[in-house]
Amino acid sequence: MLSRSLKEKVIRIGFLACASASILALGLIMYFLITEALPTFMGFDAMGEKFSGIGFFDFIFGNQWKPVSETPQWGILPLIMGSVWVTLISSVIAIPLGIMTAVYLAEIAPNKVREIVKPMVELLASLPSVVIGFFGMVVVAPLLLELFDIRFGVNMLNASIMLAFMAVPTITSIAEDSIHSVPDELREGSLALGATRFETIWRVVLPASLSGLSTAVILGMSRSIGETMVVLMVAGGAARIPTSIFDPVRPMPASIAAEMGETSFGLEMHYFALFAIAMVLFIITFLFNLLADHIAHKYKQVGSASL
Amino acid sequence: MSEMVSTEMTVNGSNIPGTGTSMLRRKITQESWFTLFRAAVAINGLALFIIVGYMVYYGLPAISWEFLTTQPTEGGLAGGIFPCIVGTFYLSLGSMALALPLGVASAIYLHEYATPGLFMRIIRLCINNLAGVPSVVFGLFGMAFFVAARDLGGLGMGVSVAAGCMTLAVLILPVIIGTSEEALRSVPDTYREASLGLGATKWQTIFKVVLPSALPGILTGSILSISRAAGETAAIMFTAAASYNPTLPGSIFDEVMALPYQIYSLSVSSTDPEATLPLQYGTSLVLVALVLGMNLIAILLRSRLRKKLS
Repeated sequence: MLSRSLKEKVIRIGFLACASASILALGLIMYFLITEALPTFMGFDAMGEKFSGIGFFDFIFGNQWKPVSETPQWGILPLIMGSVWVTLISSVIAIPLGIMTAVYLAEIAPNKVREIVKPMVELLASLPSVVIGFFGMVVVAPLLLELFDIRFGVNMLNASIMLAFMAVPTITSIAEDSIHSVPDELREGSLALGATRFETIWRVVLPASLSGLSTAVILGMSRSIGETMVVLMVAGGAARIPTSIFDPVRPMPASIAAEMGETSFGLEMHYFALFAIAMVLFIITFLFNLLADHIAHKYKQVGSASL
Repeated sequence: MSEMVSTEMTVNGSNIPGTGTSMLRRKITQESWFTLFRAAVAINGLALFIIVGYMVYYGLPAISWEFLTTQPTEGGLAGGIFPCIVGTFYLSLGSMALALPLGVASAIYLHEYATPGLFMRIIRLCINNLAGVPSVVFGLFGMAFFVAARDLGGLGMGVSVAAGCMTLAVLILPVIIGTSEEALRSVPDTYREASLGLGATKWQTIFKVVLPSALPGILTGSILSISRAAGETAAIMFTAAASYNPTLPGSIFDEVMALPYQIYSLSVSSTDPEATLPLQYGTSLVLVALVLGMNLIAILLRSRLRKKLS
């Protein structure tokens, strides 16, 4: 019997090791981002030459990103603002659309309709980002040029619209789960008091699922800010702080993806600076995820007692 | 109008239900909102329909047997996409083969062994965060860890199928863990109790009872993650993909062409994007068909599964 329980123990530890792989993976990602980003700030030696680093604040708040000019400038504020604006505008579209779809699915749709709409949302989620970017380039960009008197069809608005449709499925599926988990007693109570179905949704169900809805919104935005191919292909690529929604922008992921191929590995400032941008991007999405996790745990819906 | 309103009883400013015009107005409010909700759903459906529609309409004429089975010519500006299809096949299946055992084992630990506590919370946090890491960051990580060889660490595989598969494996790991856990959750506890009650050990119970019942769910999850890996671009840009390499990879340490990267490189960085537009549409259609096809299969499988369980 001893060997049997020993075997069980070994197996348990084996599974534990596998489960720890995620911790290891995340740890390795952080390790490589940090070690490759640090020379940006600390300086480095390459091919016998000494390069001095730049200050962290100059990097974040500098408003010139000119990595390949004669006198290179390493300020990523235009890239950060590009990401922020694209994410905000796409959220303005995606949040109402995603939450309304979730409400429809969870509260209104008859079973038969739901069985069609739910897979539809999943299929929308599964569309490869490169295809959505391609669509934005060849279909939406010419359309925008035709509709508005603007110079560039690939711009902030175009990227935001495309990103919105990538964020909607994320928002919808999380929001729907949280609306689903609102106990039926609450609905019944409200209906019994004479409220209409809409009043019940608006005054009872939505407030009760607020924490889940916030999680949905945060994760949707986190998805938008990290999405790469769409902003690489349809945001326009100009590293300037935008002044209108039709300005071309260069969000952080676009800058990394577009420029990394042109740098030489581990030998120049440009390479390290792109890793530093990736680190900033990682920190932002990490904070978004922590926040979502925190809200989900702190305001966990435990039956009707938590209200 | 004001008379009618005044005849209604009000409590704290809100009308008592079921009294004349107020009820009608509330019904109208409800109907207008419900219409708005339906419109939101319609917009999503329309987006999917239009995107897929465009790819089918403009992509279909480009597709022929030759297109699917021959090599590209003229530096990728003409000819077929056979190496891209093969490359995507290698990358998605390879990453899947690496991530599936690890993901399923993680899910087993989380669902069958772990007790709630700090460690479990940390693992979950890491999985959630891993799922939220931007794909371009995975690309850089893969480049620094798998592709490069230098004193800081780095396995030195070069831009290759192997490096791409490993990068993608990390990327799809959270997906596999999530879907496998869901599959394990759907196995009723009575199965476990019956097996344990017969004197089976925990491992025997998991291997002989729980896993076989969860298998269809795990299969669904693996199809979903293959499709996720197949459509991924940013993660393979610096780890596996070549914009032009018409010969098939001879070993896992060769670089490959892949469908998503091909669409990107033709539409953005090639010399004459206009001229290759039919090629781009055709390649997009193949990728969309592949990814949506796998997702549809997974969705159908899952709904059959749910019916069987309920």
